[in-house]
Amino acid sequence: MTRIDLAIIGAGPAGMEAAATARETGLSVLLIDEQPEPGGQIWRAIECNVSERPDNLVFLGPDYAAGAARAERFRASGANYWPSAMVWHLDNPETGDKTALVAWDGVTRQVQARSVLLATGAMERPVPIPGWTLPGVMSIGAAQTMLKSSGLYPEAPLVLAGSGPLLLLFAVQCHAAGIPISAVLDTTPAGAMTRGLPHLPKALLGWRTLLKGRRLMQALASSGIPVYRHVRNLEALGADSVERVRCTSDGQTVEIEATTLLLHEGVVPNPQLTRLIGCEHRWNAAQRCFHPMLSDRGETSVPGVFVAGDGGGIGGAPAAENTGRIAALEIAEELGAVNRPSGDIEIVKARDNLRAQMAVRPLLDAMYPPPDWIGKLDGDVLVCRCEEVSARAVRGAVADGAPGPNQAKAFLRAGMGPCQGRMCGLTVTEILADAHGKEPDAIGYYRIRPPIKPVTVGELAALDGAD
Amino acid sequence: MFRRLPDPRARAVHFTFDGEALTANSGDSVAAALLGAGIEHSRTTPKSGTARAPYCMMGVCFECLIEIDGVANRQGCLVEVRDGMAVRRQQGAPGLPEDLADEGGQ
Amino acid sequence: MAGSSDVIVVGGGLVGSAVAYGLAREGATVTILDEGDVAFRASRGNFGLVWVQGKGDGMPDYASWTRRSKDLYQGFADGMLEHNGRDIELKQEGGLELCLGEDAYRENEDEIRRMHNQPGVGENDRRMIDADEVRKIMPLVGPEVTGASFSPHDGHVNPLYLLHSLHAAARQLGVRYVSGAKTLSIARDGDGFRAETEAGEFRAGKLVIAAGIANKWLAPMVGLDIPVNPNRGHILITERMQPVMPMLLVNARQTADGTINFGNSHEDAGYDTSINPAKLGEIARNVVRYFPILKNVRVVRTWSALRVMAPDGFPIYRESETAPGAFSISCHSGVTLAAAHALDLAPTILNGGFNDRFAAFSPERFNVSPAA
Repeated sequence: MTRIDLAIIGAGPAGMEAAATARETGLSVLLIDEQPEPGGQIWRAIECNVSERPDNLVFLGPDYAAGAARAERFRASGANYWPSAMVWHLDNPETGDKTALVAWDGVTRQVQARSVLLATGAMERPVPIPGWTLPGVMSIGAAQTMLKSSGLYPEAPLVLAGSGPLLLLFAVQCHAAGIPISAVLDTTPAGAMTRGLPHLPKALLGWRTLLKGRRLMQALASSGIPVYRHVRNLEALGADSVERVRCTSDGQTVEIEATTLLLHEGVVPNPQLTRLIGCEHRWNAAQRCFHPMLSDRGETSVPGVFVAGDGGGIGGAPAAENTGRIAALEIAEELGAVNRPSGDIEIVKARDNLRAQMAVRPLLDAMYPPPDWIGKLDGDVLVCRCEEVSARAVRGAVADGAPGPNQAKAFLRAGMGPCQGRMCGLTVTEILADAHGKEPDAIGYYRIRPPIKPVTVGELAALDGAD
Repeated sequence: MFRRLPDPRARAVHFTFDGEALTANSGDSVAAALLGAGIEHSRTTPKSGTARAPYCMMGVCFECLIEIDGVANRQGCLVEVRDGMAVRRQQGAPGLPEDLADEGGQ
Repeated sequence: MAGSSDVIVVGGGLVGSAVAYGLAREGATVTILDEGDVAFRASRGNFGLVWVQGKGDGMPDYASWTRRSKDLYQGFADGMLEHNGRDIELKQEGGLELCLGEDAYRENEDEIRRMHNQPGVGENDRRMIDADEVRKIMPLVGPEVTGASFSPHDGHVNPLYLLHSLHAAARQLGVRYVSGAKTLSIARDGDGFRAETEAGEFRAGKLVIAAGIANKWLAPMVGLDIPVNPNRGHILITERMQPVMPMLLVNARQTADGTINFGNSHEDAGYDTSINPAKLGEIARNVVRYFPILKNVRVVRTWSALRVMAPDGFPIYRESETAPGAFSISCHSGVTLAAAHALDLAPTILNGGFNDRFAAFSPERFNVSPAA
């Protein structure tokens, strides 16, 4: 049993910043992360690229390279760090400390923490188009991870499809690295500028982000990559792997050859841990996903459990760092940390920065609205990839009386495979909401049960509860 | 299919996939190593036997499940490839571990 | 929203939906009033056994009732298919209770002897088999297994598909299913009953309370005292495997999907359905003792659910004497007894003579004064 003041889960921008800040206040800190190196998804493999592949930093860009200093600060903070470790259960007893069950090095270790900070970040919204289970179809984030971690890139013909800043960024990174892209299929609905305009005055507070976005758009426009606009009805076609992509662009059918199709429709909070521990969540209609309810201190509805970063609502890396800082300072105060001379001033500063960083979100949400077609799905398209459950079957469960995703799961096995509903949860909620004519808040989400990732019988057998 | 950017400082890692000798770079995850070596699909589903390949590369989708050194259904994107690793395509649902199955069948 | 039917069934779990389906088969118009998507829902945490051996030790009527349900099961499963139900993966090929150590072996042996001597129980076909025979049937058992009791009558279903099938078949027979209709109060209304729910008011000539633990506070509204309490059970569910378990065990079964379920834990934890990691450890340690070969198999999900337990562990069935036409049905064997609930208990609700037919399951058995 490890006892600690603060257990942080996730070593991305929020987790690293929180760990470093909490250490400055004198708290004992343990940071647990699934990856072998700190950085999270945004700064994936940052240390390795700095030391082994510095040339790649050029096309990966300055925002990526900035992660190196963050990782260094975290490494120097004196926080305990368990990389390549997986939290599979968080237990929140009525009294006393929280317990995290962590699979690390082949055994489950129990960590008792006075406070827990979940900094588990975002995941890409699953994009359940026909053919999305074919080999060769991946998320854009997946391809970006391979580029960062291994310098691997998809061979031509490569097609990118979707909407939002990550798509833009990755297209520009590929272009800068000399990786050819056959086409970008932009699913952003017509009228992005018009939709964004009302939000512009407020967004100007975040002018740095706006400028970056503008530069990316210009870079894509001048790259010569063919861009198809207002894309809908996307399909991946092929026998054993993807061969072609079909869609409509401005109402015209387009068919393009592709051996790799990369999809992206924005990112959503990774819900597993906040759901597991029973935090209250609310549907965010602008981003079409659930958020855990957070106080302005970053605390969830479960006392002593905090969330920082994109897992609490999408804000991007700089905002994540500020929420991590705020949460760490608030936790330090709550736990009576010895060394927080100007903690309150620091919180005010971090809040001001956060406000500026969040100012662009309404503009981005308006310009790049999440897909409106997921709740309308029907027919053969697979919703649950693990258990191969179709959209039609989900609608059938509604007809047989399933009021929500938990009964639907029982009827269909959707969400019962190894991914534990990560890839179908939002889609099932959206389809049920559509079929019942209700709001997703009234439909709810899967009840998430431990282990949130599979563990072996032997690892469980080593748990005695008395340790 | 995937290609690799020039990487002068890379160190080669030798492993096998279904018995065939393959090379990756140190630091690659098993999932990345296979994609880099031109392996198009790394598993078939237990339900319909359909071919699948990694989708998210960040530990979320579980499409990269694979047998590593005799242990089935490991997340290939979260395991670093090592010299001498024996990787096998995950064909549907796993059975009992081979050596133990022999023992149990006596 | 008001609605009127012959019978209201309060509760849409395995017990309620089996009764509703059985009533509808007899031609009754039925409304099921159910809670929302997140209820305690013992049905979803059920282990799926259609289990006979050892049932009814101390109550011969329960032993014969269990056997009756077992005998009805194949017809029950086929009947649902005829009404747009689904395959519930019924297999009745026998089951084992493995023994770890000599003491456990003797305990099972004693139980068989004891139950032979009870009138009407007649567990004639259950017998002990030794470790060698167990290994022939189940090569994966470990060295600690000393033997097992075997009954050819035991079987299992997929409990989730059973629930789905009952709902689908009931719907095809015209049963009205109302979710989000947690029942708040029940009162007599002329010749019938009125239920106030979160989804409005419903009326019917008869009313069946099959709401699991909630019978405890709903049944008093029709003059019945039903002393049930929650008993928490945990289940571990593995990844899908190739078929590795040739036979059903009381605490382990492999489903048609290939997942293996381990369970049979009992714990008094009030209404708390959270997972107790120490309990998971206990179950997993047993799994490793029974089947050392499975120690590297992955658990993908765990469940805890609340069994509906009477003080003596047997079902409680009763028609109210102060409010005739209102029935309370509770038991923890929602799967095993589903066939009997649908094909025998439900018709008795319609045809009368309920309390005579199920006298042994009356809650009055708990009111025997200490002096008697």
